[in-house]
Amino acid sequence: MDWGFILSNTATWLIAPETIAYEIATVGLAVHFGYGGLLNFGQAGFMALGAYGYAISILTFNLPWWVGILVGMGAAVIFAFILGLPTLRLRADYLAIVTIAAAEVVRLLFQSTVWDSVTGSANGLGGYHEGFDAANPIPPGTYGFGPFVFNATDWWTRIFGIAILIVALVVVWLLMRSPWGRVVKGVREDEDAVRSLGKNVFAIKMQVLVLGGVLGSLGGVVLALPSAVVPGVYLPSLTFFLWTILLLGGAATIMGPVLGSLTFWLIMAFLSLVLPAMASAGLLPFMTTVQAGIVRFVIVGIALMLIVVFRPQGFLGNKKELTFNAR
Amino acid sequence: MEAVGLSRARWRRLVVVFLAVLLSLLTVSALAAAPAHADDVNTDKYDYVFSGNVKFNDKPLAGVQLQVSGNGYNVKVKTDEKGQWAVGVPKKKAYTITLNEKTLPKGVIVAKGAASVKAEFGFTDNKSVNFFLGKGERQVVSFTDQLIGRTMSGLNFGLMLALASIGLSLIYGTTGLANFAHAEFVTFGAVMAYTLGITLAFPLWLAFVIAVVLSGLLGGALDIALWKPLRKRGLSIVQLMIVSIGLSLGLRYVFQYFYGGGTFQLPDSGSANVPMLGAIGLSPTDLTSMAISIVVLIAVAYWLLRTRTGKATRAISDNPALAAASGIDVDRVIRLLWILGAALAGLSGILWAYFRPGIKWDMGWQLLLLIFAAVVLGGLGTAFGALVGSIVVGLLVEVSTLWLPSDLKYVAPLAILVVVLLFRPQGILGRKERIG
Repeated sequence: MDWGFILSNTATWLIAPETIAYEIATVGLAVHFGYGGLLNFGQAGFMALGAYGYAISILTFNLPWWVGILVGMGAAVIFAFILGLPTLRLRADYLAIVTIAAAEVVRLLFQSTVWDSVTGSANGLGGYHEGFDAANPIPPGTYGFGPFVFNATDWWTRIFGIAILIVALVVVWLLMRSPWGRVVKGVREDEDAVRSLGKNVFAIKMQVLVLGGVLGSLGGVVLALPSAVVPGVYLPSLTFFLWTILLLGGAATIMGPVLGSLTFWLIMAFLSLVLPAMASAGLLPFMTTVQAGIVRFVIVGIALMLIVVFRPQGFLGNKKELTFNAR
Repeated sequence: MEAVGLSRARWRRLVVVFLAVLLSLLTVSALAAAPAHADDVNTDKYDYVFSGNVKFNDKPLAGVQLQVSGNGYNVKVKTDEKGQWAVGVPKKKAYTITLNEKTLPKGVIVAKGAASVKAEFGFTDNKSVNFFLGKGERQVVSFTDQLIGRTMSGLNFGLMLALASIGLSLIYGTTGLANFAHAEFVTFGAVMAYTLGITLAFPLWLAFVIAVVLSGLLGGALDIALWKPLRKRGLSIVQLMIVSIGLSLGLRYVFQYFYGGGTFQLPDSGSANVPMLGAIGLSPTDLTSMAISIVVLIAVAYWLLRTRTGKATRAISDNPALAAASGIDVDRVIRLLWILGAALAGLSGILWAYFRPGIKWDMGWQLLLLIFAAVVLGGLGTAFGALVGSIVVGLLVEVSTLWLPSDLKYVAPLAILVVVLLFRPQGILGRKERIG
């Protein structure tokens, strides 16, 4: 086995666009669940809206790339309203079922052949990179050191993604230590108490849903920036991975999503390289290389179960701030 | 006290034995489940190969006949269960490939004039040829007949869905757990039926019975090994739900590990339709499936309404604390519900394998949201609500294809789910207090 290749390849995932996109989307989920106590299982739907909003505005409506990002965010706001109106008054587990169903509706609509000329149906969309690449301030060439050697376009995607991540983290941090943030946490802890203080709990929850959803759509945009938009990516499994990341890092924390996503992707990338290599080296009898590639998803499932049972506050969380027992 | 300790140890031993049997069954299937190969004609004889994939609505069409002719060469080929075909030809020249429209299933046609294609090789020695299939009828079927046909099909689907939904609803009603891993029982029933009936070549009826029993045992084993300890630990409903999501994710990939990403067919899954009521036809498989669903559902209804355990179940759904105080062994009833619910889901998995048709590692997952939609529509926690909700969802899915394109047919029930929650959050048969 080529350990040098495995380790350096794993290291590139520290700043891979996927890692950054998952970080941003999970910050949104942290706003929903960690701070607001909303069980949103439709984050993949918000991400899909961000990605498709970006791609469709560029390809179909010939808008500049930065307007595309705004369109994606706008779509997420509208989706949050549609989702929130019927469900935010319901109990937590109902919200979970409805959000997952709504996200699937979004994916199925994008995947349908009915709007093939706009959405590209099951094949998805590609070739919308021109505007974003033209805005690249980095002169062409290859930069970097060690395993982190990328060309100008790759660096531009990563730097842009990290910039969005930092803005998202700062905004969420400032909001959550503001009076508004304290009310949000109050809603999470005891809705009725907050209501008795004269606050409009429904409006607060809706604001939380919109904020987290917009962050989810930005995650979708960053996921779409370097590659293509394919409906098969925005499956409920994507949402479950985000939940694993969130609970791994710590739900009601600022840096939890970042730490969780880094851990998740480093482990996933490492296993995806090590397990097939071990299988083909004959170290894992009774296992083909394809099977070795599947094992890591079984591990994710088991990890999610173990975290929730044994360390529900994650790496960074505070056990007092657990939202599981609400309602 | 001693007796309790003994029986707990025995339970645990049973779980271990069960898991061992399960693992060996899964391993057997992994060894035998070779991927299905395309029906190849002369591909090893000649270097130049035409190939294709006949699909309609992402469902592969098996047994469709194609003819490749030209340059003094003429062969016929049939698609395999994955809808794939390949033909080797002697020369790198143009050939005419004709799809025999009569071998397409009912309701599928080739676009007009597109049944015959002239195909030529490009730079490579392989060329893939595809046909544009559309929804349509070769003989015109009146709208009423179509409506009746879709309704029958929807009823069939709804009854099958009800089998899967009742367990989920009863478990929710008694423990408060929205079990996302319930769909894995559906897949489990189907893959066990495949392993026993095809790989180990048991008689089919026996394979199905054993598969249903094994599904029930899996449900019971999970309750013993996972859910009961977690309940005793005092985990909240939300935590339990996320655990079930992790379990669902893990189990799904365990299935993929052992069965791969392909689709397997049970025998007789594409049998011909028996004409009924004019142009409406239902295959013998459909009729058997409906009959099985109805008999089992009546049995479950009888059990819930007339037997002591059934009454105890409803009592626990109403008020667990009161039920426990009046001497009902809540843990025993819940274990029974896990076994029953999983067995019913396993049975519905076998029927779903015929309805889809095909067995795949994530087939249950495709059903999960429809199960949830059915259960929430009917009223979470009520067994009869699950039945009503399932039939509504089944009819919606099938009848909506009269107006909606068929790749949107799962959208209708999910959208209705959101709308119903807006006006009647407790569902059709639920009571208001349940939504808290």
